[in-house]
Amino acid sequence: MSVHCFHMLLVTSWSPVYISSSLPSVWLLAYLITTTRLFLFPLLLLDLHTWLVLLPSCSVSGHLQRVAMTQRRRLSNTQNSPQSRQQPGTLMAQEEDDDSTFTQPSTSQVQRGLEKLTPAQVEQKTAEVVQYFLVKDQKKIPIRRADLVKHVVKDYRNIYPEIIKRAERTFDQVFGLKLVEIDTKSHSYILINKMEPVVGASIINPTNPKMGLLFVILSIIFMKGGLVRENLIWSTLKKLRVDPGEKHEEFGDVRKVVTDEFVRQRYLEYVRIPHTEPVEHEFRWGQRADKEVSKAKILEFMGQLHEQDPQSWSQQYREAHSTPSSSQASTSSQR
Amino acid sequence: MSRQMGDSHRRFLQTMMVSGIVDEQEARTLYKHCCETHNTQCAPDKLDDFIDTINSKLQPMFMQIRKGMSEDSGQQYYALVNMSETEVTRMSSDYADNELELFRKTIELIMGAENGKASSTDILNSVDSMTTKKMKKSETEHLLNRLVHDKWLCEKRGEYTLSTRCIIEMEPYIREMYQDQVKVCHICHNIAFQCQICENPTCGIKIHNPCVARYFQGRAEPRCPACDDFWPHEIPEVRRPQSQSRR
Repeated sequence: MSVHCFHMLLVTSWSPVYISSSLPSVWLLAYLITTTRLFLFPLLLLDLHTWLVLLPSCSVSGHLQRVAMTQRRRLSNTQNSPQSRQQPGTLMAQEEDDDSTFTQPSTSQVQRGLEKLTPAQVEQKTAEVVQYFLVKDQKKIPIRRADLVKHVVKDYRNIYPEIIKRAERTFDQVFGLKLVEIDTKSHSYILINKMEPVVGASIINPTNPKMGLLFVILSIIFMKGGLVRENLIWSTLKKLRVDPGEKHEEFGDVRKVVTDEFVRQRYLEYVRIPHTEPVEHEFRWGQRADKEVSKAKILEFMGQLHEQDPQSWSQQYREAHSTPSSSQASTSSQR
Repeated sequence: MSRQMGDSHRRFLQTMMVSGIVDEQEARTLYKHCCETHNTQCAPDKLDDFIDTINSKLQPMFMQIRKGMSEDSGQQYYALVNMSETEVTRMSSDYADNELELFRKTIELIMGAENGKASSTDILNSVDSMTTKKMKKSETEHLLNRLVHDKWLCEKRGEYTLSTRCIIEMEPYIREMYQDQVKVCHICHNIAFQCQICENPTCGIKIHNPCVARYFQGRAEPRCPACDDFWPHEIPEVRRPQSQSRR
């Protein structure tokens, strides 16, 4: 390897994003011990087995990479990349800006494109795409195809489908993750976990309290039919001593976490209700929650909690078991 | 010879991705746990082979699970590090340019210090020589806290040292960038920041504190392994492995 500088320090600071059951039980238990009476969903999460599909937010952040790269440029103006990579042609530069100019190449185009490249080049590009996804996914914001093409794929765009296919395979075989296109219109991707979470995993992993909070909110929304006015969420949280009006010890600005962070991460949707004065919003599951969170398991848990058969919530049961993967776009059912 | 990756490997990798760094005991427990979950054979002495299999698949992505020692406790740790040098990772930095510059300056301070520590005062002073946007005192303190929180630095009584994770990840870089300055432990041959140094001016070998403890254990009169001079420094106790400590 050539001169590394700070790009060696590529902080693999993967932040855990596990919706872990043990987590809710930790903080909720504390609250619920004091507030056991009320609320609609006794969120007394006991020793619930981890049952949601988890997403490890895994990524690599090139912390000092930038410094390194600028340093390197100052030292020598040549690029040190091991493979012979073309500089993105300036002719292409303008076209790269808009995804609308990117059309999916045909199979024969891909074939022709592959013939012109060495296997090593294709492998390298795939590796970069994988890294990019891991890095971007750290922020939990869906990755747009346009950005991927512009920043990473660049002049390998004519073999884009092949690269994506290989990246998918790498995620599957190496990381146990699934690359999912959540928005076929704007072509955005997220990474979800293929593997079932397991009891005891949290022994080693520090769990993120925010996921406990999220889980509570998702449960409420689901049990209430998929669409819930914000007031219900706030009042339920208040009963759990999580007051959106106050700064919370663990979560900080609760309102911001719920209406901004979770929404950006596509776990929740926060939509304005028209003709309301003062403005009111409603919550529903976001695309990422649809893909990652198993409704069947929420119901199973509710069943344990209330000591009822999950099937007693017939509507929710039907919804939870409507598809094999129980992850469909959650359109609001009746309120 | 590397086998195919199975679910047990993937689970191990995912956990490593979340934790960043685990100590040896945690790694063994995790290994066992992953194998049991997926009904795979698990021989306790095969942990390194297991990790090799994962590393062989991570290699194209310039990632690796590497082993390193804590300068503080002497415990072995496994860390997932990234060795990539592409622009891709460059684009995702959590830290701003000036923050990175300050971090780099901190590393330089630590490199140059005989005790492998940089005081917060020195770090604050180094802001003056920054070429990127200079940081205010509060910003610097905030950055240092962040770096500690993200497990890049360790702080004790106002002094900062490089975390185990940082050392494991940075070792190749440091060896290359600071070839002349870098201290290497005479016993384990890894880079050393916090270490004891032989006082013989013609010798001057360095030994990590935990390596000193192990090497001189039970010896009545400690002598330098290189020049045989009396070893004047206090010989620390050999630390029993603890599963609690995280770096």
